[in-house]
Amino acid sequence: MKRRDFVRLSGIAAGSLIVPLRGRAVLPNGSITPVPTADRKTLADAGLNAASSRGATYADVRIGRYLNQFIITREGKVQNIVSTESYGTGVRVIAKGTWGFASTNEVTEAGVAQAASQAVSIAKANSRLQAEPVELAPVTGVGHATWRTPIQRNGFDVPMSEKVDLLLSANAAALAAGADYVNSFLFLVNEQKYFASTDGSYIDQDIHRLWPTLTVTAIEPRAGKFKTRDSLAAPVGMGYEYLEGHNSGKYPGITTRYGLSYDMIEDARAAATHAKEKLSARSVEPGKWDLVLDPSHLWLTIHESVGHPLELDRVLGYEANYAGTSFVTLDKWESGSFNYGSDSVNLVADKTQPGSLGACAYDDEGIKTKQWYLVKDGILVDYQATRDQVSILGQNEAQGCSYADNWGSVQFQRMPNVSLEPGKTPLSVEDMIRGVEKGIYIIGDGSYSIDQQRYNFQFGGQLFYEIQNGEIVGMLEDVAYQSNTQEFWNSCVQLCGPDDYRLGGSFFDGKGEPGQISAVSHGCTTSRFNNVTVINTAL
Amino acid sequence: MAQFTKEEARSLLERVVAYSDADEFEVNLNGDDSGNIRYARNTVTTSGYQRDLNLVVQSTFGKRSGIVTLNEFDGEMIERAVRRSEELARLAPENPEWVGLVDPQEYLASRTFFDTTASIGPEYRAQAAADGIIPSRENNLVAAGFFQDSAGSAAMMNSTGQFAYNKQTNVTFSATVRTEDGTGSGWVSRDFNDLSKLDTGRASQIAIDKAIASRNPRAIEPGKYTVILEPAAASGLLQYMFFNIDARSADEGRSYLSRPGGGAKLGERIVDERVTIYSDPTHAEVPTATWAGDGQPLRPTMWIEHGVVKNLSYSRYWAREKGVEPVPAPPNVIMDGSDATLEELVEGTRRGILVTRTWYIRMVDPQTLLLTGLTRDGTFLVENGRIQHAVKNFRFNESPVTMLSNLEALGRPVRINGALVPPMKVRDFTFSSLSDAV
Repeated sequence: MKRRDFVRLSGIAAGSLIVPLRGRAVLPNGSITPVPTADRKTLADAGLNAASSRGATYADVRIGRYLNQFIITREGKVQNIVSTESYGTGVRVIAKGTWGFASTNEVTEAGVAQAASQAVSIAKANSRLQAEPVELAPVTGVGHATWRTPIQRNGFDVPMSEKVDLLLSANAAALAAGADYVNSFLFLVNEQKYFASTDGSYIDQDIHRLWPTLTVTAIEPRAGKFKTRDSLAAPVGMGYEYLEGHNSGKYPGITTRYGLSYDMIEDARAAATHAKEKLSARSVEPGKWDLVLDPSHLWLTIHESVGHPLELDRVLGYEANYAGTSFVTLDKWESGSFNYGSDSVNLVADKTQPGSLGACAYDDEGIKTKQWYLVKDGILVDYQATRDQVSILGQNEAQGCSYADNWGSVQFQRMPNVSLEPGKTPLSVEDMIRGVEKGIYIIGDGSYSIDQQRYNFQFGGQLFYEIQNGEIVGMLEDVAYQSNTQEFWNSCVQLCGPDDYRLGGSFFDGKGEPGQISAVSHGCTTSRFNNVTVINTAL
Repeated sequence: MAQFTKEEARSLLERVVAYSDADEFEVNLNGDDSGNIRYARNTVTTSGYQRDLNLVVQSTFGKRSGIVTLNEFDGEMIERAVRRSEELARLAPENPEWVGLVDPQEYLASRTFFDTTASIGPEYRAQAAADGIIPSRENNLVAAGFFQDSAGSAAMMNSTGQFAYNKQTNVTFSATVRTEDGTGSGWVSRDFNDLSKLDTGRASQIAIDKAIASRNPRAIEPGKYTVILEPAAASGLLQYMFFNIDARSADEGRSYLSRPGGGAKLGERIVDERVTIYSDPTHAEVPTATWAGDGQPLRPTMWIEHGVVKNLSYSRYWAREKGVEPVPAPPNVIMDGSDATLEELVEGTRRGILVTRTWYIRMVDPQTLLLTGLTRDGTFLVENGRIQHAVKNFRFNESPVTMLSNLEALGRPVRINGALVPPMKVRDFTFSSLSDAV
């Protein structure tokens, strides 16, 4: 996807990573001087009152301070450290049945009121082309409420030297294990958000996210060959404690995978070994294979083939000119019998999950977050919708999945965490593999591509292990699988038990015009899909 | 206004540089006024206006740098930002790849600013949306689109006395028109510096015509086909060649431009000899600023001439390591073509697939530059020189290097997404599966 506001980081192979750099740079620990809540209420009320007096029937004011920190290294060098802070306010209104939005970095009573007036003017101007007036699901104001990501250690407070040491130590471990090159990164995000609406809600939230990642490269110069292995870490809605690498977060197996604690140095060392092993791995024979997919891989397939097609705004056509529409048209949902997957497939939307990227108590339109089924026993039962869209689904309770990536961006429907429930009976990964005659066990996410209605997809991975008669017999390379969403989820025959449940996620998921990013997690256990088409990418 | 003249910029930046106590100091000033309108389901959904003005100051002591950005411009705030960048620099780890600031340079004259674009107002944007919505409604079609314009200026100065200035306008417009039954979809995209080159009504009509023509597509078997790629379809793949044209990756052995046994494929023929691709910041069709973000001058640079790799981009650090002159990354991509129109390419084709655009392109193998993605919004079967009917979309697995090696013919280059790319006919293009997506 094109993300025009994003700056490509130099020195990273293959254009694989783009990072948003927005806002003003600050001291490494942030120049965090939160505005007292009482003052923000005064500022917000100035906007709400200005909107109402100009004829708005609804208004919300978001005052936000958005902090980012990116640390970028390769081998023994720190290439860049970027710390940004962005502070301002966005006002959204309904006037003449039409939305209007305006924002300003002048966070004064006059500035907020002026933005509110501008939003009302825009709403009125656009109402001329409006076919149907906006209808909001009822919400009772919550008065004053606060929530903070339950972090143990704020990454922004950790001394820069400690963060840099960790990345350089991981790089050193990879080089010592035989890597030719290693790039490592740490991304930190803190959103300090104040939301107020004419419903009588005044909500203060302090949200933290973090993502450590790395790419290790091994080269065989004579043959002109190279292979990479990316980190098996997940981006998380946690503090710096995620990087403590506790044994409780480790999932032993053919290689260690990680839950809510990540050992970056151990993973860097393993990545070097894997990258070298990949140089001489056997090239896959294309055809039908049974796939055993680790959560570090399957999260992305869930994201692309379940998360995006069940966004109601896509279904309705609001994203037609950019990301596309969806094959999951309303008639499929209305039928009450659309087989999204096999009857063991239960997919849940959830903005309350601890450690997840989407976790918060209230969304960006002041709705209390919750959990709901999208697919139950294989049948499509619901979508993801904003407050002005749930009535289309015959619902009168909003779901809480509205998000804006900045004070200057208008909030719209963004994906909540969407996760695959574990199997109902205990089953270990080893036992699952034991039952596979001819299969590929895939760990880690790789190349990904899906069409604009989310039918046809192709996914790669990081590690591919061949399974023969219930045993792992070696590593494969050049593997990608292609399928169709409905066919794929109906080929899901087995899910590991709750003990194997882990989160993966996207830190920079793009949507909308102008483009906005969001962060979202997807949980699952290791799962088996039968008879999937595998192609050889080297042929 | 967030824009400023050259003399205003020089005077402000001189004031900023005067505050510095660092060994080396650089300051960038950027201002932008930008407006947009978005529509879908034949109605306007959002519109916005954004004003952005900021100053980025960078202080360096030895090999330690600190950067601070601010958007307040009184003297006290600026001095405080300069001091803060100095504190940050002292706390920063040493960057062994620091090569110092650029010296004063001569820059080519820029051609990026047009008053036509700078004077766009809300009425113009609303009309652009109406140009898509009204004819779509009349044809029982459903339109979605996005129009965005910006006018801005940028300047930089450093402690060696270097100073650069540019002002630039841009306008982009894209529209997707779908049939009400969801079996047809057409698309168009335009981007210019000069608004007078944009006709949103005519562009919208292309999306409308394609939506109607692409109705009820028929499935044909995936496999290797001769394809006629419209410029938008080809540029989706081509851009990966230029994202990955840096010498360092090639020298390190981790690029499609690495040579087996070591070194880069500089001077080697890698694609058909009819392929010539260069960049030129002063090109009238695709102008860019004439200086890079670090102050290096941008000049016309040949990348691939008659199929042979002529240049790779060298960062200033890597150039010093290798004892060569730095080569900034391409500011734009200009590919030579011929005078042939797209229609003439179709007429000369016995059997092939005409592709409007390519979508969701991702790297599969960086070594061969193998990409995967899909066709979208207008894919047609061509037989005996004529478009026969719409076909279902395909997933492709193809490398742009292979694509340019299997070249049959090139047409007249067109601006797309800041690049100048010809439509092209290519044999043996690999479609690996079918998609039901419309």
